[in-house]
Amino acid sequence: METYPENVLLIRGTEINYLFICPTKLWYFSKGITMEQESEYVDLGKFLHERSYFGEEKEVQIGSIKIDFIKRGNTIEVHEVKKGKSMEKAHEMQALYYLYYLKVLGIRAKAILNYPKLRETKEIILDGHEEEVEEAINEAERIKSLSAPPSPVKSRKCKKCAYYDLCWV
Amino acid sequence: MRRRPLTLLSDGTLSRRENTLYFENAQGKRPLAVEGIYDIYIYGHVNITSQSLHFLAQKGIAVHFFNHYGYYDGSFYPRESLNSGDLLIKQAKHYLDREKRLKLAKLFVVGGVKNMEKNLKKWGMKVSFNEFLNELEAVEKISEVMNVEARVRQEYYASWDETLPEDFKIVKRTRRPPQNEINALISFLNSRIYATIVSELYNTQLSPTISYLHEPGERRFSLALDLSEIFKPIIADRITNRLVKQGIIKKEHFRNDLNGVLLNDKGKKIVLKAFNEEMQKSVRHPRLKKNVTKQRLIRLEAYKLIKHLVGTQEYNPLVAWF
Repeated sequence: METYPENVLLIRGTEINYLFICPTKLWYFSKGITMEQESEYVDLGKFLHERSYFGEEKEVQIGSIKIDFIKRGNTIEVHEVKKGKSMEKAHEMQALYYLYYLKVLGIRAKAILNYPKLRETKEIILDGHEEEVEEAINEAERIKSLSAPPSPVKSRKCKKCAYYDLCWV
Repeated sequence: MRRRPLTLLSDGTLSRRENTLYFENAQGKRPLAVEGIYDIYIYGHVNITSQSLHFLAQKGIAVHFFNHYGYYDGSFYPRESLNSGDLLIKQAKHYLDREKRLKLAKLFVVGGVKNMEKNLKKWGMKVSFNEFLNELEAVEKISEVMNVEARVRQEYYASWDETLPEDFKIVKRTRRPPQNEINALISFLNSRIYATIVSELYNTQLSPTISYLHEPGERRFSLALDLSEIFKPIIADRITNRLVKQGIIKKEHFRNDLNGVLLNDKGKKIVLKAFNEEMQKSVRHPRLKKNVTKQRLIRLEAYKLIKHLVGTQEYNPLVAWF
């Protein structure tokens, strides 16, 4: 399908997200070595998503991205649902990537990060962040192309990560 | 909620009504909390409806069947949900490359040998398998690796035998059928471990059919056979040793059959209870710095293998520190 930029933009939203959490996680995830099925936190996130935002257009797959839900008004809003704010930068970059992706398709949109547990939302617009997104795309592609995963770096994040046992055993 | 294995020893029917699984036997019909089930082990004569199998497949729950004698018959292995083409290729590459395959095959045996040595020390025997380990390092064929392993095992059983009570001697390890009680015990537990490893592999991206020490296709899930080299001594043999020496399992828990000596129903019950308890016991993991169950150690072994295959970290087999 020529209408989608997926021949150029092969990266998934989650991958951009993981890039800003942990490159090791990104590498494993991108090779299908996933651990999310092990994680109570991920289950919780899924549950949150399933039980919220009824009546919206959910899980909209466009090429290589999958948007949690979309609202169509005067401007198109793409919504991403998150549990907590500890990985805010990663969430923002994921949202920016969606906007960038849509822009390549010729769609102007804005993104809203939803934190239903905190009863908060955050609006994200692309303008001025294009270069930052492009850098992230290049970096994600570089990591994905490595023949072995980057060595993990131990941090506070590791404790709650589904990949903890894999990385540190 | 930590999902646990479900063992069905009695005869009955496994069925599904809507989103609930039921097991009905002579004692009545009881619902089973499917979210809490990791996998199922069936020893009794159980009728299973296709509806319940559909449901178990949907939940990714493997079902392992054992025959009348307690031997592993096979598994209902739901469609794989965890796939990694990248890892599969690397798994195959390590099989096809002679050096790479030999290296892994040796490591599984090294793990097994060191664990046998550890057991003997625990049971008060002064034995060293260092010579065998040196020999192992030098061999260049899988058949020679197997040969060293077989000779270690012989010595291991001979030494273990010296510590066992008079009426529970191994003398000669006999299988299919086992000719005496302790052989029956070991075989029964080994079958159970094999199936447990199959379950753990199901929950990873590793293909259970590509193996290194054993020939792929020798049996369907030959990678589980590879890994069982490591776990048989520290799980099956230790349980066997304890049950016998503490007199928990007695002669009366066995029966003579045309097919050799076998555990009877009471015996199976005792052994499976001991096995399930053992697998839920925790040990402090020195690298992860947290407590992990013995069952989890199998999964961690699979992770170590994944890391070896993708090139992060050389595989180092589990040698019991506990």
